[in-house]
Amino acid sequence: MDDFLAARSQMALSLGFHIIYACIGMVMPFFMAIAHYKWFRTNNIVYRNITRAWSKGVAIFFATGAVSGTVLSFELGLLWPGFMKHAGPIFGMPFSLEGTAFFIEAIALGFFLYGWDKLNKWFHWFTGIVVGVSGLASGILVVSANAWMNSPAGFDYVNGEYINIDPIQAMFNDAWFSQALHMTLAAFAATGFAVAGVHALMILRKKNEVFHTKAFRIAIVFGAIAALLQPVSGDISAKDVTQRQPAKLAAMEALYKTEKAAPLIIGGIPDEETQTVNYKIELPGMLSFLAHGDFTHEVTGLDRIPKENHPPVAITHFAFQIMVGIGSFLVLLALLYFISLKKRSWYDRKWFLKLFVMAIPLGFIAVEAGWVVTEVGRQPWIIYNVMRTADAVTPMPGIAYSFYMFTAIYLSLTAVVIFLLRRQIQMVPVLYDRNDSTNPPAH
Amino acid sequence: MEYVVIAYLFLSILLYVVLGGADFGAGIIELFTSARNKNRTRDTLYRAIGPIWEANHMWLIITIVILFVAYPLIYAEMSVYLHIPLLVMLFGIIARGTAFVFRHYDAVKDDMQHLYNRIYFASSFITPLFLGIIAGSVISGHIDHAATSFADVYIFSWLNWFSIGVGLFVVALCGFLASVYLIGETDNPEDRRRFINKARHMNIAAVASGVYVFITAWIDGIPLVNWIFGTTIGLIAVIAASISLVVLWILIYSGNAIIIRMLAGFQVTMILLALGYAHFPDFIVITNGTNLTLMDHRATMQTINALGWALLIGTIFIIPALFYLYYKFKHKEYPHE
Repeated sequence: MDDFLAARSQMALSLGFHIIYACIGMVMPFFMAIAHYKWFRTNNIVYRNITRAWSKGVAIFFATGAVSGTVLSFELGLLWPGFMKHAGPIFGMPFSLEGTAFFIEAIALGFFLYGWDKLNKWFHWFTGIVVGVSGLASGILVVSANAWMNSPAGFDYVNGEYINIDPIQAMFNDAWFSQALHMTLAAFAATGFAVAGVHALMILRKKNEVFHTKAFRIAIVFGAIAALLQPVSGDISAKDVTQRQPAKLAAMEALYKTEKAAPLIIGGIPDEETQTVNYKIELPGMLSFLAHGDFTHEVTGLDRIPKENHPPVAITHFAFQIMVGIGSFLVLLALLYFISLKKRSWYDRKWFLKLFVMAIPLGFIAVEAGWVVTEVGRQPWIIYNVMRTADAVTPMPGIAYSFYMFTAIYLSLTAVVIFLLRRQIQMVPVLYDRNDSTNPPAH
Repeated sequence: MEYVVIAYLFLSILLYVVLGGADFGAGIIELFTSARNKNRTRDTLYRAIGPIWEANHMWLIITIVILFVAYPLIYAEMSVYLHIPLLVMLFGIIARGTAFVFRHYDAVKDDMQHLYNRIYFASSFITPLFLGIIAGSVISGHIDHAATSFADVYIFSWLNWFSIGVGLFVVALCGFLASVYLIGETDNPEDRRRFINKARHMNIAAVASGVYVFITAWIDGIPLVNWIFGTTIGLIAVIAASISLVVLWILIYSGNAIIIRMLAGFQVTMILLALGYAHFPDFIVITNGTNLTLMDHRATMQTINALGWALLIGTIFIIPALFYLYYKFKHKEYPHE
């Protein structure tokens, strides 16, 4: 593996790992806050137990997310010193604010996890909310830094010099809003469906059904609402990318030739040699409509973009298909859930629960695919149209070995986290719900 | 504003060494505790640092953000020449943070605990060791822009007896901070005695490694003696640290836990002050003498101003919350979690 590819792989691995933990760490506190609030309102001990059970998950995810985030702040320099040397002062503003947000999140989490029976109950509840809000703020700030790489702003690039730096303008670049919105909704959808799915699995297995049913209902509401809103945000993003990064849009859609009334390509295998897409389904005019709001508008294809500035088409296209496919499936599942509110009997049906079990990993696969679209689709640039990724990489040889080590570490961490969560779930009957497994399911 | 940023840079390094260092030290102490007392030590330790350790480690993030936003050249320089020790330190940070949380949040307490413990001990030792090695390498002047071979550029930039000495010194310092800190966390006289003993051992280790650092600095031609004793501020700082150390050992048996903690923290502050004052504004020393300094290698003023305001505003939110956190969890009763 050559060093450049190794550095890109290590960055992708680290981000791909961190993003899952970060999503869960910023979304689950809101689930906890609802369960916590329901406990205050209903005095039903089950809600308290759900809150406590979830808080252990959050502790595990937060710790892993925090260390992997620390690693990333170093990796930016370890792998891309050429980039950080120039970009640090320009796009550093969201990172300096994120430092505060992250700090507050850690403090609030300390209060929340260790504050049971020690703090005023509403203050304790409030610290849980602070964990969520500051986590969300951190996420949005980091995405805004990434958006700057897609949509550089707040400086002038003259003769290889970066001058007239304005960190605030850099932070509020053109892409920050659409990216942050899409990512935030994705985090809620992915985490909502994953958590709900795990509880659906336990209901299917007839374990602690009261506990798991209540937990399922809280998580799924967040997931379902986010999934239903996501297509709107996706549309905003698509129109935005069309304007700012035509090469990325063309790669997403594997559009090799500039066309009027461009079709939307579903599936298919792009062939770099012949510049065609095999085995595809075409919806005539749809791409023009989605990108420009007009069925006959011209959409820029890869033929208008110099060959050396093409992103990898196949990867971007596949990732985009996966993201949209899963997103659509989750929209259907969300609708199904809202219908089930009328048709109560569905709750006992195995097919209904099994669909949600199936969705456990899907949201996160879509999140990863979405990041592949935005990151791989930006290549060969690290700062779009300003600096090439290849010019930013560290001069140090042997990065492949550090990539292998990180792969080993992150794989084992993932294994341990799954192992710990399984154990936490298995212990639900002992820790929270001693008698419940013999009770009839409550509706 | 640039002095605000510099002040925050030194403050965050100091707080990371004192607070984060005490967390690492807790692992080091547990490592050197006899099997018989391990469980009790672990218990005290968990109550003491469980709620606050995440917050303590945020100072490292603040440090690194200040470096890459305000001093990108320094950050890039360290990232390239000290890639390997930074990597080892990162592995240590990952391992320590996760092992500490995993061992507590594993719902079933079985043989896995041994694995978590082993990882936790090893990483509690390795992380501050490499933190010290990095600090030592930054000032020892082995970073050589003219070097061409892999070993000269990426290994001998940090692998030397002086840097290793600084690493060991930091490890001993962490152990010392943690022992002093833990004395106040227990009411059991026997435990107190054990922690006082640990503090003594760690103090001796710190002095021994400190002497070793001076000797290697002298052999290596690093003007460490001049830096520390050559300036009035440095001299005053060293004297203040020595006096406070004596006071600490007088008060350690009977004194107020808060006061002895303050004294230990004060000593570290004085050591860093002495070193930082003499070294300022240089940050990274390079073989050919063209050092990277905090004054000449900073980002543009627009960036410095924005960062300075972000830090000042952040402080308004962080400091009260942080103090309340420390205050709230300073009681010795067993938490329910």
